[in-house]
Amino acid sequence: MEKYRIDPSKGLEFGLYTLGDHLPHPETGERIPASQRLDEIIELAKLAEDAGLDFFSVGESHQDYFTTQAHSVVLAAIAQATEKIKIASSSTIISTLDPVRVYEDFATIDLISKGRTEIVAGRASRVGNFDLLGYDLHDYEELYEEKFDLLLKINANEYVDWQGQFRAPLKNAHVLPRPLNGSLPIWRAVGGHPSSAVKAGYAGVPIFVAMLGGPATLFKRTIDSYRDALERGGYDPNEFPVSTAGFFYLAETTQQAQRETYPYINAGMQKTNGRGFAKQVFAQGADPHDVMNIGSPQEVIEKILYQHETFGHQRYIAQMDFGGIPFDKLRKNIELIGKEVLPAIRKYTAK
Amino acid sequence: MKVVAIAGSIVGSKTKTAIQYATDQLLDKYPDAEVTLLDLAEYDMQFSDGRNYLDYQGDTKKVTETIMEADALLIGTPIFQASIPGSLKNIFDLLPVGGLEGKVASMIVTAGSQRHYLIPEQQLKPILGYMKAQIVQSYVYIEDVDFYRKEITNDDVKFRIERLVEDTMTLARTYQRILEEKEAEYDF
Repeated sequence: MEKYRIDPSKGLEFGLYTLGDHLPHPETGERIPASQRLDEIIELAKLAEDAGLDFFSVGESHQDYFTTQAHSVVLAAIAQATEKIKIASSSTIISTLDPVRVYEDFATIDLISKGRTEIVAGRASRVGNFDLLGYDLHDYEELYEEKFDLLLKINANEYVDWQGQFRAPLKNAHVLPRPLNGSLPIWRAVGGHPSSAVKAGYAGVPIFVAMLGGPATLFKRTIDSYRDALERGGYDPNEFPVSTAGFFYLAETTQQAQRETYPYINAGMQKTNGRGFAKQVFAQGADPHDVMNIGSPQEVIEKILYQHETFGHQRYIAQMDFGGIPFDKLRKNIELIGKEVLPAIRKYTAK
Repeated sequence: MKVVAIAGSIVGSKTKTAIQYATDQLLDKYPDAEVTLLDLAEYDMQFSDGRNYLDYQGDTKKVTETIMEADALLIGTPIFQASIPGSLKNIFDLLPVGGLEGKVASMIVTAGSQRHYLIPEQQLKPILGYMKAQIVQSYVYIEDVDFYRKEITNDDVKFRIERLVEDTMTLARTYQRILEEKEAEYDF
């Protein structure tokens, strides 16, 4: 676990992530300027650090209604504005970037942040990045696998010999700068489906699993398949951390939390994914066994602990800014996380 | 109420003729409905490659967005080689999993003979069911002999189409009321 800067004795890590969505208010249709959204993301990271959260990450989406396409630039600003909190991408769409440039950027951010930077590499669910950046969508799978492998290789070797289909060959190439402690934690982003987690297992790479809603036991299958694959690949599952990611929001009661989030999540999903969030499924999210952590602090604490018991994971990251939820609500949530959620989670999960 | 009628083949005239007749009936009897007829022969559709429907361009994006916004679908299809044509299957493949949830769907089928009568029952309905549509159970099955040069010549076919249009709208309106009632149960 040390390789991934995880100390299991401290218990489950808690973080925040944003996709960098930039959506109009579901009722008024008004949208804050992109500059304000970016300021608020950086401010959110600072508040998270002040409240004692472990982690903050920013995603890359090349679509309408997003504003952190240049997510590494945003992370550099966050590196400068914070001192202790771990920072990462969630995710870097490695398929349509040059792994050498990505590594240069993130190693630099790691130096600026004094060793706090990580990369989570994904494949994108929407695919606007392919046309925009000049790649063929038919290579979706292969682009990801090849470029992710190269990224891992650069992380492990300062001088790289490599050749592949989608990038000019590297001959004893010297990739600089190097991260503060020699290498970066690099994770594979995994959707719900076990097949991608299995690939990560065979390759001996830690995973981030995104979970929008549904029973925890459903996602446990993905995590179990991952750990099985690690073993079959000759790795020790105890050395590889698992992170989960999903919706989160706190209010006095579950009803209030659902009322304050549903319109944003529903309208946001409709705009960014082409389908709203069914009320029936959202309502089931309140069940103690559902992975959606939207409710009162006490209920959410119990859910996170139940998820921890089920998954045995090392980090949970919360998405609570989706759909343009007003910043004062986010600020209040961070306060509650710091005062109520973190102490409880650490008390029960630290060894 | 948004109703989208689809002529599911890119060749021939019978499916288009039947679905046009249904659309005219709909406009006549339900003037409040917003009706769009998508004749696939008029669009240049890409094959589905698994991407989100919002990520297509041109006609493919236009057609899929129109269908996703519909409350009810009137699907017209011929039978090719004992099944629905690839052009119509491609439409389903372009849409998200469960993409017809909350929509009512009905079927008008044209075919060369009676041999294919169960094909909509056994091949089209399972697709609509998997995609979570609310299906109007009875469909209109029309044979070649019921047409003469882009006209329906059999009054029985016209009557059956008229009844299907009514059934589609009755189910669509009822289903919208059910949805509204259901939505109102949640306090968020």
